[in-house]
Amino acid sequence: MGLFKMPSLGSDMEDGTLVEWLVAEGQPMKRGDIIAVVETQKGAIEIEIFEAGTIGRLLLQEGETVPVGAPMAEIVGLDDEPVPAAAPPSASASAAPAQKAPRPGPVAPPAKPTPSPHAEGPSGRILASPAARRLATEKNVDLAGLKGSGPGGAIVSADVPGAAEAAPGPKGQPRQQARRGLDMGEMRKAIAAAMARSKREIPHYYLQHTIDLEAATSWLAAANAERAPTERLLLAALLLKASALALKQYPELNGHYIEGEYRPAKAVHLGVGIAIRGGGLIAPAIRDADTLSIDTLMAALRDATQRMRAGRVRSSELTDSTATVSSLGERGVEGLWGVIYPPQVALIGFGKAVLRPAVIEDRVEPRMQVQVSLAADHRASDGHRGALLLNAIDKLLQTPETL
Amino acid sequence: MTEDEIKAILFEEITTIAPDADPGSVAPDADLRDALDLDSMDMLNIIAALHGRLGVDIPEADAPQFFTVDGSVRYLARQLA
Repeated sequence: MGLFKMPSLGSDMEDGTLVEWLVAEGQPMKRGDIIAVVETQKGAIEIEIFEAGTIGRLLLQEGETVPVGAPMAEIVGLDDEPVPAAAPPSASASAAPAQKAPRPGPVAPPAKPTPSPHAEGPSGRILASPAARRLATEKNVDLAGLKGSGPGGAIVSADVPGAAEAAPGPKGQPRQQARRGLDMGEMRKAIAAAMARSKREIPHYYLQHTIDLEAATSWLAAANAERAPTERLLLAALLLKASALALKQYPELNGHYIEGEYRPAKAVHLGVGIAIRGGGLIAPAIRDADTLSIDTLMAALRDATQRMRAGRVRSSELTDSTATVSSLGERGVEGLWGVIYPPQVALIGFGKAVLRPAVIEDRVEPRMQVQVSLAADHRASDGHRGALLLNAIDKLLQTPETL
Repeated sequence: MTEDEIKAILFEEITTIAPDADPGSVAPDADLRDALDLDSMDMLNIIAALHGRLGVDIPEADAPQFFTVDGSVRYLARQLA
C-alpha cells in the first residue's frame, strides 16, 4: 500500500487545494492517468499518477488545502490484494439498476439509462468521482445513464448534467467553469518569480547563429503537399526535433542545476514555450522528444497547444522539462534572447524564418533563414560547447528527411 | 451554400480555435492573423476544421488565401460550387 501525496509543481509551490477527484475508490489506474485536479498558484493542474495501482481510500475532501507532501489517497500496488470499493456493490445497485448487458442497444429513451457508456469497477460498481456522485444525487440524476470522461471512463462531475451551475467550490466561492482554466494574474506572478530568480541566480551567456532553412522548408512543402490538413507539419516541429537531438549530444546543456550542483538528465524532455491568448506563457514538456518521429512530435505539439490554451495542464508537463525551446513563429521578429527557466540550464530561441540575401558559393541568392540563439548557464557549460550545440542543430536541419 | 453561410461557418471555426476573438470585427480584406493574433498552429487548425466540416480539399499551397475573410469565403465558395 502506497500513499499518493500532494506533488510539488515547482520550487515556489507550498500547498495545493484539491478541486476535484477524477477517480473513485477501487478504480484501477495506469501510469500517467489523471487522478485529480489541484489548484495551485499556476492555476488548476491535472495531477497524474506515476505507478500503476488501484485507488484505495481517498484521504482528502474536495476543497481542502494541504501542504506539498501531504497524503491525498492510498494506492494499492498491482501485486497487493485489491481493496474493496468503499460502498458494497449492493449499495450502488439501488442507485444504478442492472448494468449486466455491456452491448449497447438501440438508443434508449432519455429517461432510461443507456447501457454502460461509463466504466465499471472490478465489483461492477459504476466508476464515478465523489463529486460526481454527490452532484448526481443533488440533481437526482442516475449515474448509470451518464458517459464518463475521466480516466478509464470514470464519471466526473463535469459529466453530470447541470454541473456548470453546481455546488460551491473551495473556499465557499461559487464554482465557475473557468475554475479549471488558467489564472492569468497568478500566472504572471509565477512567471515573475521564476524569471527574477533566473536573472538573479543564473550567470547567463548568449550565443547566436544563422541557419539556412532552404532544405527544411523545401522538404516541408513537399511533405505537406501530399497531406490532409490534420496531418500537416509545421516548421516548429522540425526545429524542436533538431533541438532535441542536439541536446541529447550535449548533456551539459540538458539537465538541472539544483543545490549548487549540475545534474545532467538522461532523457530529453523538451519544454516548449506556448503563448496563451491574451497574454501569458507556459512551457509544457514534450517527453522524450528526441525519440519521437516527426509526426508524433507534431501531434504532441498540437495536443499540448490545444490543452494549454484550454487551460488543461498536466502536472508532469510543468516539472519534467530538461531544457526549453521558444520559437516566435511566423508572426514574430527575427531574434529572441531567452531567459533560462530554473532549474534548467539552457533555453534555445528561434526567431521567425525570413528570406534574406545569402552568399552561396560566389553568388548572392535569396534564402530562407532563421536566427537561433542559446541562453545557457555558465555554471554548467561554456560557450564552446554551447556553440557546438547550435552547430549541431544547424547540421540536423540540413537533412530534414532524417529528423 | 451562400457566401453568408460560408462566412458564418468560417467565423464559428475561428472562435472555436480562438474563443475570445471577434472575427466579425475584422475588415474583410485585413490579415486575420494580425487582427486576431492567430499563429501558424491556429491557421492550420482552422483549415483542418474547414476541411473536415465542408469536405473541401485545401492544399497547403492555397493556405495563404485563408489569411483574409474575403479570401477564405471566395476560395470555399469556388470549391463548393
